[in-house]
Amino acid sequence: MNDLSTPKTALTIKDFTSDQEVRWCPGCGDYAILKCMQRTLPDLGVTRENTVFVSGIGCSSRFPYYMNTYGFHTIHGRAPAVATGLKLANPDLDVWLITGDGDGLSIGGNHLMHALRRDVDIKILLFNNKIYGLTKGQYSPTSDVGTRSPSTPQGSVDPSLNPISFALGCGARFVARTVDTALKHMPGIFTRAHGFRGASFVEILQNCIVYNDAVWAGITDKASAPEHQLLLEHGRKMLFGKDGNKGIRFNLDRFALEVVTVGEDGITEDDILVHDEGNLQLARMLAELGAHPGEPVAMGVIYSHVADHTYSDAVLGQIKAQKGRRSLKDMMYAGQTWKVE
Amino acid sequence: MASEVQILESAVVRFAGDSGDGMQLTGSQFTTSTALSGNDLATFPDFPAEIRAPAGTTFGVSAFQINFGAKAIKTVGDRPDVLVAMNPAALKTNLKNLRPGGLLVVDSGSFTPRNLQKAGYDANPVGSPGLKDYQLVELDISKMTLESVKEFGLGNKEALRCKNMWTLGLMLWMFSRKREPVIDWLKAKFAKAPELADANVAALNAGHAFGETAELSATFKRYQIGATHTDPGIYRTVTGSQALSWGIAAGGDLAELDIVLGSYPITPASPILHALSGMKDLGVITFQAEDEIAAVCAAIGASYGGALGVTSSSGPGIALKTEALGLAISTELPLVVINSQRGGPSTGLPTKTEQSDLYQAIYGRNGDAPLPVVATRSPGDCFEVAIEACRLAVKYMTPVILLTDGFIANAAEPWKLPDLDALEPFTVDFATAPDDGSEFNPFRRNMKTLARNWAKPGTPGCEHRIGGIEKSFDSGHISYDPENHQKMTDTRMNKIAGIANDIPLQTVEDGEETGTLAVVGWGSTYGPIAEAVKCARADGIRVSHIHIRYLNPFPRNLGDLLKGFAKVLVPEMNAGQLKTVIRDRYLIDAKPLNKVSGLPFKIQEILDAIRAETAQ
Repeated sequence: MNDLSTPKTALTIKDFTSDQEVRWCPGCGDYAILKCMQRTLPDLGVTRENTVFVSGIGCSSRFPYYMNTYGFHTIHGRAPAVATGLKLANPDLDVWLITGDGDGLSIGGNHLMHALRRDVDIKILLFNNKIYGLTKGQYSPTSDVGTRSPSTPQGSVDPSLNPISFALGCGARFVARTVDTALKHMPGIFTRAHGFRGASFVEILQNCIVYNDAVWAGITDKASAPEHQLLLEHGRKMLFGKDGNKGIRFNLDRFALEVVTVGEDGITEDDILVHDEGNLQLARMLAELGAHPGEPVAMGVIYSHVADHTYSDAVLGQIKAQKGRRSLKDMMYAGQTWKVE
Repeated sequence: MASEVQILESAVVRFAGDSGDGMQLTGSQFTTSTALSGNDLATFPDFPAEIRAPAGTTFGVSAFQINFGAKAIKTVGDRPDVLVAMNPAALKTNLKNLRPGGLLVVDSGSFTPRNLQKAGYDANPVGSPGLKDYQLVELDISKMTLESVKEFGLGNKEALRCKNMWTLGLMLWMFSRKREPVIDWLKAKFAKAPELADANVAALNAGHAFGETAELSATFKRYQIGATHTDPGIYRTVTGSQALSWGIAAGGDLAELDIVLGSYPITPASPILHALSGMKDLGVITFQAEDEIAAVCAAIGASYGGALGVTSSSGPGIALKTEALGLAISTELPLVVINSQRGGPSTGLPTKTEQSDLYQAIYGRNGDAPLPVVATRSPGDCFEVAIEACRLAVKYMTPVILLTDGFIANAAEPWKLPDLDALEPFTVDFATAPDDGSEFNPFRRNMKTLARNWAKPGTPGCEHRIGGIEKSFDSGHISYDPENHQKMTDTRMNKIAGIANDIPLQTVEDGEETGTLAVVGWGSTYGPIAEAVKCARADGIRVSHIHIRYLNPFPRNLGDLLKGFAKVLVPEMNAGQLKTVIRDRYLIDAKPLNKVSGLPFKIQEILDAIRAETAQ
């Protein structure tokens, strides 16, 4: 980190709020995420000048305009590539990448995959509303089968993609999930993502009030949340439910996670799995949790395993080791030359 | 026999063999030795797209042509004086260009029934009347190679691999070239396998000795070609890719910026990625991206971060980068885009040369999206043009397209090494926070160049947001205002058009400033046009040669210059692209002369067109 990374005086939410009028639809989940980011950054002790928001195209990708930091609103799906180049030019910058389910997983799936694989030191927030908002409501790669949209009047037929499983499959080393309305949960996730050295990936379940309203309601509504969300904490038992007596057990016969109730059928708390953020196999199973009826969706840091060095460290390390050993002139004059008098 | 040495002004030699015969190595080593002899030269590696096509087939033939001489050499030569054919397929595909009366060396050992059949010969052409126009020298090179390396105990296959060095030895003898540079190179190349080095050196020496002692016909002469370069200095041979990569590194130095190259492998542009990846000593950062789009986007990201982003590709890859180029134009970020053109459309002819991406460079984007376009004319010229592309990119905050082509990329020529200290720096003044504490506007412009402010992230007080949406001329914020879009479109256009005031005026390469006929070219047609015009002028034809480096914007006097000629002829390796641009800009009836065979123009083809134009 350079000397610009710590502010000389304490900053507030105002310092991170740009003078641009926010133009999302009234009631859009993006507002809450934006406010949460503007509120969390002062707590992280970062400076405005050292912070960059890079985005692609889509509703969520307007995000950088509203942050009073550096920002680059790029083209559809390509933000991970732009951010990679930016980190190579200046590895000391604090780079956040804002994307959505269409931008990040459809047109930009390839770039997201490689940014995660390379472990580029950026923080990726994927706003998942399971629909294309900016282009007026077509189904997206995370839409459920049967989603009726202008381009799928009879319902979509292609299976949906799970962003967390995708990220883990790409080799991501920090993977977490949160919800746009979880104003207490989200800052903690942002803080953890920010503290991770390498590519951190956060899926935010976000509501599109116009084209896919309440698509997450079954998971995120106050009433349904306790029964449908598993709030993960490293080293803690995976318990959930309104009475806190439901838990996740590993079923060896089916080689799968299953939901059990403590106090029923001889189940005790000892049967319940303890969350281990460093366990990749567990993370893969937690990623898929929620696919079957009765299963909760995992929230929080699902996987975190920092590598020895980040991508830009490795690339620039090679340069550092070589730099200055030969000049351009040395190179051009090396090999066979001859002199004309 | 004691051979008589004949003095020649220049000669064209073509080595042709199977892809596995090592013809490119033979050619490049002959080139090195020739350059060290002080000759001027031009080379043309001509190889198939397949890495290893089936042995013995006509589509697996790989060739290397070199034109060298005691005079200035500007082309690879229309017709070889000497053809070395290592197998029947090489003979079949290359014979038609051999000059009548030219020397034809064939490896009779490879003219087996199986190889003849694979090449599509019904009967052995060697000894047939079809070859009577040439001076045929039949040598069992395979057998003599095997004998020369016997003592090293190599397997038959490995031993036969030394065939190319035997042939090279003979050719070095024939043209009085030194063997030492090749021997040094072999020893370095096979440092880990000294027996292979020794075997190859033995084959080379055997081929050379064969020339010295063999009882050959009187036609098998030894030639001497005098040295040519008179301009004092240190010289070396250089390929276009090499010179271009050095030019990019020099451009970074002159701008005092880090170079970040984003690239994706593609023929024939990959050598630039390889060369720049080998320049970590100079601090050059290279990124082999997941695709062409990521490559350009990473370069744009690097430029946003305060480095100079560079991306290199060929036509199909440039097509993929198009949307991102629009972003760089809209956000007004510096970027150098190198296109090593190849035959198109689509995959086209990956290893063959063409200059058919001029429309793509000038026009090929959505929206009104102007950018500067410059083109190289020869391998050595790449150095200077690459520096110029860097200068325009940072001075005008714009992507610049640099057009080169597969021919220039791979071809080699002797090059006088430039004095790096004499190059003029173009250091960037990055923006700093406004003194009055007001909000930083990234689109405040230098009213002379119209270039915008460039602020590096990390600079306090310059926080700003940019993107592909139209920006307000006054504040830099998003603006959908109709009049503002008109103003911004005009501004972007005027900025690029204004570059015409910052580039040299167009000069006439050869001939008068006005007259009957101007032959106008760009890119790698420089050599054949220059030679053809020279020949025509020697015959008393009034014709001038104009070579354009700056294709957008054109030098500001180009229109007037062209209007001073009754006729304008534009030879191009495409279906007539510069011709159309000239017609459009100046309403001049420019005439096309087109060739899209994947091969460079022959001097004769252009000379014929000049004669036809001036005869009327």
